[in-house]
Amino acid sequence: MESINYQNFRIDAENICVDYNGKVALYDANLRLKPGQICGLVGMNGAGKTTFFNALTGFVNISKGKIRINGESLRSAQKDQTIAYVPQSEGIDSQFPINVWDVVMMGRYGSMNIFRCPRESDVQAVKDAIERVDLTDHLSTPIGNLSGGQRKRTFLARAIAQRASILLLDEPFSGVDIRTEKLISELFIQFKNEGKTILLSTHDMIHVREFCDLVLLINKTVVAYGETSEVFTPENITTTFGGISPDFLFGPES
Amino acid sequence: MELCSFLTLDSFITDPLTHGFMRKALLMSSLVAAVCGFLSSYLTLKGWALMGDAVSHSVMPGVVVAYALGLPFSLGAFIFGVGSVALIGFIKQKSRVKEDTVIGLVFTGFFALGIVLVSKIKSNIDLHSILFGSPLGISLSDVKQTIFISLLVVILLSIYRKDLMLYCFDPRHAKTVGINVFFLHYLLLTCLSLAAVVGLQSVGIILVVAMLITPGATAYLLTDKFDNMTIISVLSAIISSLIGIYISFWFDLETGGSIVLAQTFIFLFAFLFAPRYGIFKLKKFFAGYKG
Repeated sequence: MESINYQNFRIDAENICVDYNGKVALYDANLRLKPGQICGLVGMNGAGKTTFFNALTGFVNISKGKIRINGESLRSAQKDQTIAYVPQSEGIDSQFPINVWDVVMMGRYGSMNIFRCPRESDVQAVKDAIERVDLTDHLSTPIGNLSGGQRKRTFLARAIAQRASILLLDEPFSGVDIRTEKLISELFIQFKNEGKTILLSTHDMIHVREFCDLVLLINKTVVAYGETSEVFTPENITTTFGGISPDFLFGPES
Repeated sequence: MELCSFLTLDSFITDPLTHGFMRKALLMSSLVAAVCGFLSSYLTLKGWALMGDAVSHSVMPGVVVAYALGLPFSLGAFIFGVGSVALIGFIKQKSRVKEDTVIGLVFTGFFALGIVLVSKIKSNIDLHSILFGSPLGISLSDVKQTIFISLLVVILLSIYRKDLMLYCFDPRHAKTVGINVFFLHYLLLTCLSLAAVVGLQSVGIILVVAMLITPGATAYLLTDKFDNMTIISVLSAIISSLIGIYISFWFDLETGGSIVLAQTFIFLFAFLFAPRYGIFKLKKFFAGYKG
């Protein structure tokens, strides 16, 4: 008998199902990730990528299955600030009257007192995080005046300031400039070395090959999951994208 | 004759202050405006204008029943305000009807119920003052209730100021870091119902939604900082109330309508002349002028 030590897994999602008012968005999905692993989440629009993220952040309730984070319940993971979510650019109101500093400070809210008064350590964490994403010149810039890439970096800084060990990133590379793309990929390597676990959704197949140790192909449920080199095959991708050939998805070259 | 009396600005302002009811009206309306203005930043950013309209209309039967039973009117209003929101949520979830349609049909239903009740319960309820407000004829018990509710809302909003901002901005992040989003949602709804209750005394049920959205919308055009937005919103709400009451006094106009019109004019002013977001983009104009 082999006993599984759940502590070994950062994320352990077992047979999770999510439905919205009877409409199934995701069923029987499994995912196990260890510290230091980067996993790509690939699927069509409406395949359940965002739903998967919502389930892992606790933003929607799962109707079946189990989610354990570091061997504990999602609830205690939330309390411990274990999970950070970096939203898709379309997922936030860029006209909201708030500046870079205040957004990044929101990463600290969970560990502050009820009035959310920043302590010395919070201020330092925010400073450091903003420095790491190279936005020190934009501390008091309203997010509405930032470029898409700068805004993406702001939310990444919020996740860094939160000191989460799991990062969920919804389309981190969509609509960003080259400089941001380079900075994000450098950060990924640092995160990996720090033992953080990363789950990112992407449309770009090249990014999957470049960063992801593991890949999770989904279409309402898991189509394939495993090491990128083994699982990320043209056949599996074709199945995931409902019969569209990978030639079309990759472009003529690959 | 009246026109002669405000040839001097001084008497224009001080003459009404000699009347006790005017002093009370100015004070109470400013308080109510400040509360509604405070909440207004959250509602406009959250996109709850229609929700504000719904809640404020839905409190009507609650006010009528409470008056008839001799209970504090705020209690009845609160129950029906929150109840309407619960009903909207329930119908939306259990049917295929779109949300704005559900909101529209629920609040008009409640409002109609209120009007029918007024005609049936022949008591000393003054329909006109419920619908259009009566800041000049506010009773002592209403004054006490208003002060109590206003303080309650201001304290709640002050404590949860940052959490509510986060809730409006990015509820998913709030949830992820273990902040109780469900609680914040109902906290904001509760404050909305309470603010509608105090607001309706100033401008009446029909126009109270203006108190809840116009100051926030004005402030949104004038700043990129949330804290400044709240301050501007509160100030513009108070100033509109004062202007509205003075104008209604001197020109013998409906008070509630005057207050809301003053708010609308301030909004239009911001809409045209806001430095960055106004139609005329004055900031760019002056920057170009200097350069």
